[in-house]
Amino acid sequence: MDVRSQISMVFHLDKCIGCHTCSVACKNIWTDRKGAEYMWWNNVETKPGTGYPGKWEDQDIYKGGWEKDGDGIRLKGAGKPKSLTNIFHNPHMPVIDDYYEPFTFKYLDLIESSAGDDQPTARPISMITGEPMDIKMGPNWDDDLSGSPDYARNDPNFKNLTDAEQEAMFELERMAFFYLPRICNHCLNPACVASCPSGAIYKRGEDGVVLINQDVCRGWRMCVTACPYKKTYYNWNTGKSEKCILCYPRIEAGLAPACMHSCVGRIRYLGVMLYDADQIEAVASADEADVVQRQMDMILDPFDPEVIAAAKTNGVADSTIDSAQNSPTYKFVKIWNMALPLHPEFRTLPMLFYVPPLLPVVATVSEADHSERGGELHDIAKHWPDSWLYDTTTKELFGTIDDSRFPLEYMASLFSAGDTVAVADRLKKLMAVRLHRRLVTVGDVAKETVDAALADTNLTPLLADDIYYLTSLAKFDDRFVIPAAHREQAIEMIEFTGDVKGNTGFGFKVGSATRGA
Amino acid sequence: MTALDTFLFVAFPYVAVITFVVGVIYRWKWKGFTVTSLSSQFLEGKMLFWGTIPFHIGILVVFLGHLVAFMLPQATLAWNSQPLRLIILEGTAFVFGLTVLIGLAALMYRRFTNARIRAVTTPMDIGIEMLLLAQVILGCWIALGYRWGSSWFAADLSPYLWSLVKFSPEAGAVFALPWVIKLHIVGAFALVFMVPFTRLAHVIVAPFNYLVRPYQQVIWNWDRKAIRDPSTAWSAARPKAN
Repeated sequence: MDVRSQISMVFHLDKCIGCHTCSVACKNIWTDRKGAEYMWWNNVETKPGTGYPGKWEDQDIYKGGWEKDGDGIRLKGAGKPKSLTNIFHNPHMPVIDDYYEPFTFKYLDLIESSAGDDQPTARPISMITGEPMDIKMGPNWDDDLSGSPDYARNDPNFKNLTDAEQEAMFELERMAFFYLPRICNHCLNPACVASCPSGAIYKRGEDGVVLINQDVCRGWRMCVTACPYKKTYYNWNTGKSEKCILCYPRIEAGLAPACMHSCVGRIRYLGVMLYDADQIEAVASADEADVVQRQMDMILDPFDPEVIAAAKTNGVADSTIDSAQNSPTYKFVKIWNMALPLHPEFRTLPMLFYVPPLLPVVATVSEADHSERGGELHDIAKHWPDSWLYDTTTKELFGTIDDSRFPLEYMASLFSAGDTVAVADRLKKLMAVRLHRRLVTVGDVAKETVDAALADTNLTPLLADDIYYLTSLAKFDDRFVIPAAHREQAIEMIEFTGDVKGNTGFGFKVGSATRGA
Repeated sequence: MTALDTFLFVAFPYVAVITFVVGVIYRWKWKGFTVTSLSSQFLEGKMLFWGTIPFHIGILVVFLGHLVAFMLPQATLAWNSQPLRLIILEGTAFVFGLTVLIGLAALMYRRFTNARIRAVTTPMDIGIEMLLLAQVILGCWIALGYRWGSSWFAADLSPYLWSLVKFSPEAGAVFALPWVIKLHIVGAFALVFMVPFTRLAHVIVAPFNYLVRPYQQVIWNWDRKAIRDPSTAWSAARPKAN
């Protein structure tokens, strides 16, 4: 058992309002530079939709990630020897038009144009060439589906749905969508690291952050192909690749990453998880149906004395183990089993997890006489003056999940390599917690119904309240549990203190004479 | 004339090689951020294919050909002792020289006509492309006009280059060569001279190490095993990350 620690994030998609604040916070800190203007280390996509870059999930186009090769795995579009044979021209590399051509506007024309009959306009100009251009794409071009079902139709996740099921989804009245915020997944088996001919990309041992050494990167561009999430970006100005650094300078100082810190919906949770690095290769090579479960299994119990002992032998700091025990991500991912990785079939073992969205719940609106029901409702239930009942409960316990406006196959394609049971389990838990809280706060659900729902999802009222707390009431310190870098290690990250160790007194940087080996 | 010749064929080669070695080491070691292929495939990928592939394949073959004649002059002369084999060798050299020329022409056309590529073009890019173009044209000219050029290389140039390596320069044979070949030699050393100052620096970081390294790389700030070993108390193991 090789215990390592990994900083991991959970996105609670039910809470995401799609405001892009995370993207803007990230952009302002890290990618507001020439050559990086098109990069969105953090972006938010409307699902169903094509995303950024367009159709990034379709690996028949982009050749990202790993694929099964006998008992093992190989990189789909890079690796040995492809990363070298394709070095002069990489046939699977996306070009800037797959993302979008960055643009600004000639704002000065608005105030400096001479007086005339027409209103002056600010023409869009390319941030690459400086020439006037027509804007054809943007980083969130299909935001909220852009008023057309066409973007949704091109979503690669519909491959397991029949045409009839797809058409049913695109009926205007039933049309629904949710938001998917994405950053680098800081994978355990990163394809970008494996594809880099220069060896510039690496995973930090202490916290699992995947970084590109800008002094070693030579711009061979294989990581852009290899990352199935398209989260390494080529800077066309510096000739180096760049990616999300999980705001490691902030994390080391005990601050939350910018995307998380700015999150309006408070959907993000950041915590430490301990995992067994010896299993990485076997789990990444597992059968597609087993990948998710085996990835969950390799995450270790931070309360297990054996795990703690092994972690200490590996040099994992006590504060890290302590954080792992209080980790909100460990709760969501392992204890409550409510979160899933994004596209586990890419076999990179992504370490960011998503609580799948329960919304939209199918609701009915009916006429009801509220005066009669008033007595049975809880004190804090809101009484409306009209006679409409907006009813989100159903007769059948999990009817809204099984008849969801989002077919389970769609969610399963995103989060569980096609395993609809895994997704349904998570959604039912969300529903059970919701029913439980409805009983507690409104009281218009039968207690038997709630008990049955909780029993069906292996929850107790206590556990359901815990989930409710972390979902809805959690304070910042509940959502962000990361040990800051240790003072002595923080120095080592910048300069090597051993340079002056064992030297002859103060002020000398020359070592003492050696006696000869 | 002899003063100029001595400068071009005795002094300049040393200047070029020393500049190359010092410049390349300095840039690689202390200015690592500037060492990159500066690929523009991200801005334009289709036309690039028709330029970069012939250019790179061609220039690798041509470079290796020159290297063989330099390293194995006797074998080259022996091979060329039959006219048919000489023609095959010269023909191959010319074909690959032409491949380089076509690739380079396509790349330059792309650089001058594509607005996005123009936006990332520096004066130095154009300068080095012009130098390369001149060098390739001269090379093709020699292959076509002096079809025994490979034997000349083995008989005259290889001893000359080796004399430079041994620090006892004997450039007499070079002084007598036609001016086309002399220009080609000067151009070659000019290219060597320019490597540390241009995008050509990417040739020194060809990533062969990739073939032997493991796929995954994990770097620790501290050597987590050594740090707990009491016997390492006085050894200074530098963390890999800095």
